[in-house]
Amino acid sequence: MTNLQPAQGMVVATLAKRLRSAVGDNAVIDDHVRLRTYECDGLTHHRVTPALVVLCESAADIRAVVVICVEAGVPFVARGSGTGLSGGALPHADGVLIVTSRMRGVGEIDIANQRVVVEPGVINLQVSRAAIPHGYYYAPDPSSQQICSIGGNLAENSGGAHCLKYGFTVNHVTGVEIVTPNGDLLRLGGKAPDPTGYDLLGVIVGSEGTLGVATEVTLKLTRLPESVRTLLAAFPGTDEAGAATSAIIGAGVVPAAIEMMDALAIQAAEAAVQCDYPPGAGAVLIVELDGPHAEVEQQFHQVQQFCRDRGAFEIRVAVDDVERALFWKGRKSAFAAVGRISPDYIVQDGVVPRTSLPTVLGRIRELAESSGIRVANVFHAGDGNLHPLVLFDNSVPGESDRAERVSGAILDLCIEYGGSITGEHGVGSDKAKYMPRMFTDDDLDTMQLVRCAFDARGLANPGKIFPTPRLCGEVPGRRQGAHPLVEAGLAEAF
Amino acid sequence: MNRTSAVPESHRRDDTAALASLNTATRGHARTARASDGVAGVPARYVALPCDTAQAAAVMTVAAEYEMTVLARGSGTKLSWGGAPASVDLLIDTSRMDAVIEHNAGDLIVHTQAGLTLTALARRLSPAGQRLAIDPPAPSGSAAQGTVGGVISTAASGPLRLSFGAVRDLLIGVTMVRADGVIAHAGGKVVKNVAGYDLGKLLAGSFGTIGVMTEAIFRLHPYPPAQRWVSVPIPNSRAAHDVTQRVIHSHLAPSALELDRPNSGHPSISVLLEGTHAGVADRSATMRELLGAGAVEQEIRPPWWGRRPWDDRSVALRLTHQIASLQTLIDALDAATRPFGFLADIRGAAGVGILHAVLPADPTTVTTITAALRAAAATWGGDVVILDAPADIRAALDIWGPVNGLALMRRIKDQFDPEHRLAPGRFVGGI
Repeated sequence: MTNLQPAQGMVVATLAKRLRSAVGDNAVIDDHVRLRTYECDGLTHHRVTPALVVLCESAADIRAVVVICVEAGVPFVARGSGTGLSGGALPHADGVLIVTSRMRGVGEIDIANQRVVVEPGVINLQVSRAAIPHGYYYAPDPSSQQICSIGGNLAENSGGAHCLKYGFTVNHVTGVEIVTPNGDLLRLGGKAPDPTGYDLLGVIVGSEGTLGVATEVTLKLTRLPESVRTLLAAFPGTDEAGAATSAIIGAGVVPAAIEMMDALAIQAAEAAVQCDYPPGAGAVLIVELDGPHAEVEQQFHQVQQFCRDRGAFEIRVAVDDVERALFWKGRKSAFAAVGRISPDYIVQDGVVPRTSLPTVLGRIRELAESSGIRVANVFHAGDGNLHPLVLFDNSVPGESDRAERVSGAILDLCIEYGGSITGEHGVGSDKAKYMPRMFTDDDLDTMQLVRCAFDARGLANPGKIFPTPRLCGEVPGRRQGAHPLVEAGLAEAF
Repeated sequence: MNRTSAVPESHRRDDTAALASLNTATRGHARTARASDGVAGVPARYVALPCDTAQAAAVMTVAAEYEMTVLARGSGTKLSWGGAPASVDLLIDTSRMDAVIEHNAGDLIVHTQAGLTLTALARRLSPAGQRLAIDPPAPSGSAAQGTVGGVISTAASGPLRLSFGAVRDLLIGVTMVRADGVIAHAGGKVVKNVAGYDLGKLLAGSFGTIGVMTEAIFRLHPYPPAQRWVSVPIPNSRAAHDVTQRVIHSHLAPSALELDRPNSGHPSISVLLEGTHAGVADRSATMRELLGAGAVEQEIRPPWWGRRPWDDRSVALRLTHQIASLQTLIDALDAATRPFGFLADIRGAAGVGILHAVLPADPTTVTTITAALRAAAATWGGDVVILDAPADIRAALDIWGPVNGLALMRRIKDQFDPEHRLAPGRFVGGI
């Protein structure tokens, strides 16, 4: 894949020297101890120490680094805050890690155009904080929004609790400037919609850093709703909570969010943040509606009625932002909270069609019982995006293997019911091996045609998404003999 | 590669064999083309009507074997958009691929074949109280909005775009057949899904140059119990800007905002509010106050709503702009047409930043006005595309204008269709 030869140390030293002269001494890290700080992202059991790290401060820096990597045939991986949960920013051992966390400039909040231009290292929540005084905010709100970067959001097409109504990152990005894997600086879109030509912007968002490195992003800002109403409903179990969800969606209500936690997840959250959810709940739903006051009030009454009808034994309505934050605290801390009830855990984010939720939850329960591995469920009930937390103790021999098997079996369930192996975390290095279960070889080959057009040498974040990298000299289909471009000396088969 | 001759010489004598193979692929649904099968003035040679993805793949395999150029046609409502194809050896007529494969009301998704018309789809979804919120403007004198495949290929959007997004935002899964006959899927039938590259984004707006789309899966929305339009007269471009700004910064969550400026008649902006009966009544009253003097509420849509302002004898420009540059764009357009002695009809989603303007079908007029607008387009941050034009003048026009990233787009085309057999010449840069 790359041109790296065994004389690794010399190659790296030469590379480091070239990078230093391009972006400055302080921006390049080659000290082993410091390099190890970057060995993983939020998926901490995948660890690789990069050959070099460059802390970029500008688009020019990023471009310079990519150009040098391309000339040297060295892979590069971009990293924002490193909060990803699929190993998307996992470094390459022979490659350069391009860190954008110093690029935190937020441009003018352009209310008349409902846009803001930001640098890739800007923190998600920083955008909303800057826009809120103007009555606007940035809608995608991944749970990690206090630390995750816009560049990372762009790479992973991040969602969040409110994407049921407001969509994902791809629906909120109207322009991007990227350094392509050839080292070209390319501007796509801007503050106006629909740039002429193929929707390269749409293709790049969610491509997990395999099609280039963003240097600037234009985001759509959303008007703050006039009214927000949030309730927390306690149910005997997930079946009843699921039925209430179905009733709400079936009635034509599109809530801003519907989140569910099961008994084990509630127990974990209570242990961690004392969120004081109703005692005895087998499941809780958090339902949030937002929009014009006149619409929200009526639908909020409807939602409460649906919850009561489907067996909610306690409904709490947030009276103010403080109480709303308290409802969300338990939910948003759920991942970290399971640390209180289990030494180790695997988090998945498979998706099932929402109507299959009760069946799939039942099957997950069976899996848990038959394997002796506990599974806590926290999920976006409105769109069927599960976040099963598979709990295990690494110090118990064999338990981590069993947990890994349960985790894989859950993804199989998602596929069996017509869903997806990942709703928002991305494939990364973690789930590449599951891609063939969801897509045919032809599907994966076809997707990689895009990669070949952007990055024929496979230098941008190699090893992610696709289990078997396609050879870009190959012709699609079943042609016999050499590709005409290869024969003509115009392309190489890597 | 020279694509002016319909079929390579070596295959001309194989007419009978080619047609026989197409008939085998479609179980008897292939024929030689008629004059009416031509696309943008370019005659077709054969027509094949596959009924599903497997047949479409078989057809594409035959096309690859005979090195045919291929273009897919739905109901033909947007066939005159885009560049004229260099040649059409094979026209794939999708009208037999008109099934709803799955409508899962509880999950708010629908899986359809590409030849299904949006009208037929709406009829199927209506009993469940749901809709696909894609409403491309219908040709004048018609309510036809075209097919699923056509609306994806052209990425056409209408008024509802303001609140529901573009075609690509509602498209969650695709099945396509590649130029070499291989079937490929991307996405799926769940709304939330980030597994793999989203080829739907690439197909949307690709004018058939990437692959032949055979199936699509969409996210649906509940049909609102109540709708109301609040309209206000717009005396000038400044007022158009002011009203648009007032509406988009309000808390009233409009579903759509459309500007209509007929060159003879009364310019206006209409805002669509949707929701519960009580909520819509309340919001419309507030909207009426917000829009000021002369604003009226209606339960029915204005007659021009969702219709193209142009017909098949005129030229349509598609003008994109930053929302706040609406006035700049309109003034630039008026300045460009004034020397020719007319004001262009304008209609479009001013709150999104997409307008359509109508020009007479005169190549010199269109070229001069388009060039003037393109030279100034940076001031409103958008693009100027000649969307639709009569076949006889199209060849004289630069349809697409400047394109960022064209080299990369060419590389994508070369990967997907190395022999350039899919709708050659129809897209940017002659792709």
